[in-house]
Amino acid sequence: MSPQPIAPLEYHRRWPLRAWMGGVLVFLYAPLLVLVVFSFNASKRNILWTGFTLDWYRRLAGDADLLTAFGNSLTIAAVSTGVSLVLGTLAAVALWRFRVPMRGAFEGAMALPIVVPEICMGVAMLVFFAKVLPWPADMVWPLSLGAIIIAHISFSFPFVAVVVRARLASFNAEQEEAARDLGASEWRAFIDVLVPHLRPALISGALLAFTLSLDDFVITFFTAGPETTTFPVKVYSMVRFSVTPEVNAASTLLILITVVMTAIGMKLQGKDAAGLGGHG
Amino acid sequence: MPEARAPSAAVAAKGPLWATFGPPAFWLVAFFLVPMAIIWAYSFGHTVGQTSIVITGSLANYGRAIAPIYLGILGKSFSIATLTTLLCAVVGFPVALVITFAPARAKIWLLMALMLPFWINLLIRTYALMAVLRTRGFINTSLAALWNAFGGHFTPLPMLHNGFAVVLGLVYVNLPFMVLPLYTALDRLDRSLIEASLDLGAGHFRTMMNIVVPLALPGILSGVLITLIPALGSYLTPDLMGGADNQMIANVIERQFKRANDWPFGAALSFMLMYMTLIAIAVQAWVGRRAEKRKARAA
Repeated sequence: MSPQPIAPLEYHRRWPLRAWMGGVLVFLYAPLLVLVVFSFNASKRNILWTGFTLDWYRRLAGDADLLTAFGNSLTIAAVSTGVSLVLGTLAAVALWRFRVPMRGAFEGAMALPIVVPEICMGVAMLVFFAKVLPWPADMVWPLSLGAIIIAHISFSFPFVAVVVRARLASFNAEQEEAARDLGASEWRAFIDVLVPHLRPALISGALLAFTLSLDDFVITFFTAGPETTTFPVKVYSMVRFSVTPEVNAASTLLILITVVMTAIGMKLQGKDAAGLGGHG
Repeated sequence: MPEARAPSAAVAAKGPLWATFGPPAFWLVAFFLVPMAIIWAYSFGHTVGQTSIVITGSLANYGRAIAPIYLGILGKSFSIATLTTLLCAVVGFPVALVITFAPARAKIWLLMALMLPFWINLLIRTYALMAVLRTRGFINTSLAALWNAFGGHFTPLPMLHNGFAVVLGLVYVNLPFMVLPLYTALDRLDRSLIEASLDLGAGHFRTMMNIVVPLALPGILSGVLITLIPALGSYLTPDLMGGADNQMIANVIERQFKRANDWPFGAALSFMLMYMTLIAIAVQAWVGRRAEKRKARAA
């Protein structure tokens, strides 16, 4: 079977472009692949492959500091995602539905956390929690994460609002009116008509908020007191002071979580896209 | 963009308005605008004693911030970010082109392959790249093995803790930011224009330069902006991959707030960075609007 000749616009079939694409994928993935593979390497020297081991994972399981940091990160991400989802959706709905006072100013201010450099927001949070709202260091566990959670919500919920607003643009307001005409209260119509329409946006918004929180180093680094560490903060100090395959193992776990979450999110969205495609 | 709105909504009671608008507005003001405002106020103050800061309204901090040493760091940050953005655009354009014209199934896989690193923790990606580049990392070890096989004496290439490493690291972490807007812009293009150009005898390269790039300019600009902003404010990459002379503005700000303990000066520097960011956004909006206008006139 001889291949078809390449049509003028079939750029994806031209070999220089294919090679370029392949090169970029290697550039993006080779370091990550190496990291994952060498988390199973028996040698501590990290360069030559000397044999398969799960030692680093075992050591990880015994590292109480790292596990605490990991638990902190997941807790912060979960709480921040929940609150961001509510606040972001409310903001999007308010802007779409009502004559919001000072609309332009509010819209502009909502865009700020998205564009402001992380470092600026980080130092602002540092000062805020040092001078205005000093967060007691001796609080019981989930509350001790409060300052970090507040900071994470502040940079996450505007992203959720953007995603939800985009979805609201395709909502047929007559559906909600029909519900109201049939006797539903404003709240019922919101829950039974609007929220189902927003489902795909809520899923991708949640995924975005969760990843943003889990990913954040800079803002957490400035907000966290010396007693609380999150996973990225812990990995940062490990990378700075020593490079051991333990860091590889911890990173591999986080990559795994990320990949699984992305896959679940895509799957959920795929279902929605198939089910709601006609309304879009 | 006109938005769909229920006609009855405008006259609806104030209750639902405040129930929806109140919480996010409160959060934004209390936990974002107030902290930023405090930093802004601090930038006009100075430290007294160990920890107290008085706001005097003086511009002394800004005066220090434009002294040659700090202005130089600002300039260096800007040029590193610009170089990163340029490289991302050059590397990303062919990638976006391939994705745009790939068959539907391959398109989804390729987009996913490019998006996945974006979801993976920035610190982990930086660490992974460092492991490849370090003196006894994979590239140097492989090269040394090759060299020694031919009986040469290999000196490891310095690939970490220098300017090269910072730019490479920034391209590595920011490339997905550039590819997606480029792809969106290219995907929207009218393909018959490309065909017409090719039919009329222009080569592929000329068609790209004269037809595709000008038409996709708004998308290219938003890709540039979306890459430039995080690159300009990067903290981790220069901190971990750069040497002493490759520190960017964010690293200097961090030092003022932590080790140097000069919050007012750090505040002034961070507002300089803010202003640079906002100026970049304004320029992009202005250029984008001009391009739109020109297109409307041509149509």
